[in-house]
Amino acid sequence: MASEQNIKNKAHAALTKKAALGADIDLTAFADNATEKNYVSDPAKFSSEQKKQLESIGVEVAGGERAGTYMQLDHSIVHCSASNKGLEILSTDDALKKYDGLPSYWWQAVEPDADKYTARAALHQEHGYFIHAFEGAKIDYPVQACLYIGQEDIVQDVHNIIIVEEGAELHVITGCATDPQVKKGMHIGISEFYVKKGGKLTFTMIHRWGEEVAVRPRTGVIVEENGLYISNYICMQPAKNLQMYPTTKLVGPGAVSRINSILVAPTGSHMDVGGRAILDAPGTKAEIVARTISTGGIVINRGHLLGQSPETKAHLECHGLLLSDEGVIHAVPELEARTSNAELSHEAAVGKIAPEEIEYLMARGLNEEDAIATIVRGFLNVNIEGLPDALKREIDSVIQEFSLNRQ
Amino acid sequence: MLKLENLSVAVNDRPILHDVNLHIKPGEVHVLFGPNGTGKSTLISAIMGFARYTVTGGKIYFKGQDITKSSVDERARLGIGVMIQRPPTLRGLTVREMVQICGKKQVDVDELADKINMVEFLERGVNEGFSGGEIKRSELLQLMAQQPDLVMLDEPESGVDIENIALVGKSANYILERGMRKNGQTVKKYRTDRKKSGLIITHTGHILQYIPADTAHVMYQGTLACSGNPQEMLSCIQKKGYEECVNCAL
Repeated sequence: MASEQNIKNKAHAALTKKAALGADIDLTAFADNATEKNYVSDPAKFSSEQKKQLESIGVEVAGGERAGTYMQLDHSIVHCSASNKGLEILSTDDALKKYDGLPSYWWQAVEPDADKYTARAALHQEHGYFIHAFEGAKIDYPVQACLYIGQEDIVQDVHNIIIVEEGAELHVITGCATDPQVKKGMHIGISEFYVKKGGKLTFTMIHRWGEEVAVRPRTGVIVEENGLYISNYICMQPAKNLQMYPTTKLVGPGAVSRINSILVAPTGSHMDVGGRAILDAPGTKAEIVARTISTGGIVINRGHLLGQSPETKAHLECHGLLLSDEGVIHAVPELEARTSNAELSHEAAVGKIAPEEIEYLMARGLNEEDAIATIVRGFLNVNIEGLPDALKREIDSVIQEFSLNRQ
Repeated sequence: MLKLENLSVAVNDRPILHDVNLHIKPGEVHVLFGPNGTGKSTLISAIMGFARYTVTGGKIYFKGQDITKSSVDERARLGIGVMIQRPPTLRGLTVREMVQICGKKQVDVDELADKINMVEFLERGVNEGFSGGEIKRSELLQLMAQQPDLVMLDEPESGVDIENIALVGKSANYILERGMRKNGQTVKKYRTDRKKSGLIITHTGHILQYIPADTAHVMYQGTLACSGNPQEMLSCIQKKGYEECVNCAL
């Protein structure tokens, strides 16, 4: 059990430690202090521009069909409420006070000295959400969380904890965005998720950053016996410098994880995104599915399956579509078996849309633009469970933009 | 309906078809025999306008209009429909969505799928993991929704098991509006009323047991070597082989 001092010591020692992957971000280039923002009792009071931005990352501003809402603007909590009795939503600072430092959860799935970003978060962290589904609670509607950068040039460093207790079911939709006016900034997000025996967590994260924003999420997930963790990650807008490699550890027999990502990299984007599943108990299963599109940006799509317990089964699938000659898609699938009866497989394909596919649809009466849009839509169709309607519309509009911009 | 005038076609700069002339009138079904690799599939791909197939000479007319330079979708919208031998897989696009794309009007996808035993495939990705016969049925289902005026089928019987070959024939006849003489309609009227035309490639001829064809052609080394009655030509080919059959007719 890591004591608070121990965490701080580790973090101090790692303050200049470069991350294993991704460009090294100069943290001194950003401002440290953000102005304090007022609490907004009713999120409907946001400006119409902000509301539009929030909706595009899956936030239901009116709060309809949501079991709770957490909203953080820069370093301030602007809204935090739960409307379901099986559920608790706090800022992590409040949760640390309430639960005596959360010793079983605080920095237990992510190491504070993993790199300079985790170290910084351990020393400078400003809030983040704590979402707790109580034992056996089936939370009917998703909880929405929003981490928003509204001030130019700041670092937002948050630490989030989700706990799904035994037999509970929870869907969390997290939208991360910058204000339309904000161009430059940095987001560091530590996320530690714990799915207990027989629990189910669906975690959908949508990123929509300003063009000059650097993003370093650091996520660790621990899934116990017969628990299920489903992660959907969507980033379809430019991100100058995004690097993340969330790790899911299946520690209980029969635990299952499914990790889906949809990445669209326009010109100027650099996305280094992966997913790692560690199958650490008998009978665990994992699936990682990535669909990446480059319209001119660079995507590095990593995946790592580590089978180290008997009767484990996992599959990794990365498919990339290059819609521009300027773009790069680099798929790096890794399979690592440390026991003879781990069944690991992967399927990777990167390339342009085959002209035969376009002509096949044209022979059924679609023009070339519509044929391409149809193929792209099909390509991105990975059956994401519980995707909000606003986000589905957003995906459609991005696909529409491709077809219009493609000359 | 379709008229080819001295059509020559090359693939990757390699000439495949030479001076092909063909006239298919409204309501006629023509069948195209010929050994493998002789240019039969090239012919229908060129008529459809697929980019790999370069017209190096001659013209293609459809319903009186010169379509030699028209795009694939323009030809499809004018009323040409095709079943190629190996269509690509479209991941994430279901057969149901594909049939809806094909349907010019509101089509009842389930009703059409029922006719060709494809209901259980409707929610699957187009051609994803389909067997040869399933691909044929899926293509026919799309054509049933598309309702083209000229239907081109490339070896509709290949890969189809005996159980399903009659179903394939029945569905092709449905698309061609054949075998549906109404009560009281005279044979003459039935023949003059039907307007759908077909061009069917076969090298086994099995499908002719199910689809009555009006005229047959033999394609040999990139040219239409001879034309005549489908059954007579088929029995000639079966008895003597293509080479002799073509020589005899020439």
